[in-house]
Amino acid sequence: MSPSPTTAAAPRTRTAPTPQPAPGTPPVRHRTRAARACALTVGMLAALVVTALAAASIGAYQIPFGDVLASVAHRAGLGGHPLDRVAESVLWNVRLPRVVLALLVGASLGCAGALMQGVFGNPLAEPGVIGVSAGAAVGAVAAIAFGLSLFGTWTVTVCAFVSGLATVLLVYALSRSGGRTEVITLILTGVAVNAFAGALIGLSIFFADNAQLTEITFWQLGSLAQATWTKVLAVLPCAVLGLIAAPWYARRLDLLALGEKPARHLGVDVERLRIALVLVVALLTAAAVAVAGIITFVGLLVPHLLRMVAGPGHRFLVPGSALLGALVLLAADLAARTLAAPAELPLGVLTALIGSPFFFWLLRRTRRRQGGWA
Amino acid sequence: MTIDQVITRLLGNRGAGPPAPHRTGDVLAEARQVTLRLGDRPVLDGVSLTVRAGEVLALVGPNGAGKSTLLAALAADTPVQGGTVLIDGEPADFWSARDLSLRRAVLPQAAALSFPFLVEEVVRMGRAPWAGTAAEHEDDEVVAAAMAATEVTAFAPRPFSALSGGEKARVALSRVLAQRTAVLLLDEPTAALDLRHQELVLAVCRERARGGDAVVVVVHDLGLAAAHADRVAVLADGRIAGEGPPAATLTPELLSEVYQHPVEVLGHPDTGVPIVLPRRPAR
Repeated sequence: MSPSPTTAAAPRTRTAPTPQPAPGTPPVRHRTRAARACALTVGMLAALVVTALAAASIGAYQIPFGDVLASVAHRAGLGGHPLDRVAESVLWNVRLPRVVLALLVGASLGCAGALMQGVFGNPLAEPGVIGVSAGAAVGAVAAIAFGLSLFGTWTVTVCAFVSGLATVLLVYALSRSGGRTEVITLILTGVAVNAFAGALIGLSIFFADNAQLTEITFWQLGSLAQATWTKVLAVLPCAVLGLIAAPWYARRLDLLALGEKPARHLGVDVERLRIALVLVVALLTAAAVAVAGIITFVGLLVPHLLRMVAGPGHRFLVPGSALLGALVLLAADLAARTLAAPAELPLGVLTALIGSPFFFWLLRRTRRRQGGWA
Repeated sequence: MTIDQVITRLLGNRGAGPPAPHRTGDVLAEARQVTLRLGDRPVLDGVSLTVRAGEVLALVGPNGAGKSTLLAALAADTPVQGGTVLIDGEPADFWSARDLSLRRAVLPQAAALSFPFLVEEVVRMGRAPWAGTAAEHEDDEVVAAAMAATEVTAFAPRPFSALSGGEKARVALSRVLAQRTAVLLLDEPTAALDLRHQELVLAVCRERARGGDAVVVVVHDLGLAAAHADRVAVLADGRIAGEGPPAATLTPELLSEVYQHPVEVLGHPDTGVPIVLPRRPAR
């Protein structure tokens, strides 16, 4: 059958070029994303302050908002007034260390997740999923079980950092080929690393005595209970160092999204960037794992939500993930200790309960977009 | 590695900065007797080629002839095993990644992106090498011009991942144009494009060459090379089989031998530009 003459003769209008603005006029900037990032930052900061106040005030011993503010102002030398002895003690020895610890751990986890996804060029990378948290946990458990005290307060953190660093390097070496990380390789490497780390943790537990056993078990569930200023001090250097260093690499992480070679063509020393970021990720993960055990999915969920709203630019994503991570963990910890009061839910269990379904959804979506696993 | 090198690596080499201006005819990049092996297979075997300011140089040849490898060697991506690659007068390994990025831009064969950046953000990435230099204030202007040149301005606010293959290829080219380097190394920029956009891309190449830049472009369409390039280099089995102006180089004899298929070359009735056709049995 031959095509009808009319269709054959009809001019193809599709090839007409769309009118182009004259070169020299600045292109339409992605205003919406920038504006959203700005609004989001303000919103998250406000929410963080409110949640921190709530976390300091709510509990078995209620301290009204006003009293919290007054006491903090008093200690900071900005007026205010001290509270009675019990309230003062609850606030400063129980609530506030816990709030600060939640902030540090959450910020570290969120930021580590954003960095890791950037380095691997893969939105499913996360310290918990690919086994870096478990790797760091091996060091921490070993330190507890064998009663190490080489570095005083910092022993558990240092051990977590060393074994976490070794794990990131291992995963990195195993899961990359030809400058890319395939999703399937990454996840399977995570399965293997998690299994191996689990075995090592089991071995350490086998050698531990009863008191150490209890300590390990509670630590493993991922909890911020028994937060003290000493614990805050133990993770502060790692977390702060990592959080300060991270935004430094944001622009280069953007370029890395193009692939390793194009990033190099644009002036990025990819090898050095990679090593630096692996170090930062290990620092952040160690800080989080050393005090709070394995808290999964925060590093996965947080950068994803932000990317959906404000785009994938790392200049917002990296600090934004730290902020939202802190907020999420603070809120989760508040929920963990109030939902079943007077009992306390393990924080790691709570985040996994909420995070796992999200991970399922993410897997489904990634698979659908790619049309299967490469 | 010496202590110096270790320290420069750790601190980050501030490097030589933007290149000095060049004139038409200057040699901006050069391969001298370059030999390169992947495994046991020699991919480049004593290849010499100069890249001059103000001209479009087309690399043609059959699959596996070493075109992309030669381009990668000129880009300082792949270290060579024999011979030297000079970029802006210095050996390739003399330059830091940053210095190289101010001197040459590279369009890879396939455009990939890990996260859903917007088209305009992708093109803007091409400006990264100029951050902190005097040229930084031109960013908006250069990005707009690069997008207009490849006709992707209309896609600016869309995510890169939502584009078709040909559109992605043009956005990638736009990013490379925005880098504003004196040397452009383009690996099959026309592969995914329709007829109109193939012509557009080669016209952009000529435009840049007329402005004094050097453009090296790998193409499979010999007619396209003949029509737009100032010089062609025919590669076969890792060697240069012929090099020179298209009309003198793209001869039926050479092409038939190189492609191992009978080829005829006709002159265009109006312009005289060579038209290259494989000889096909009558039907």
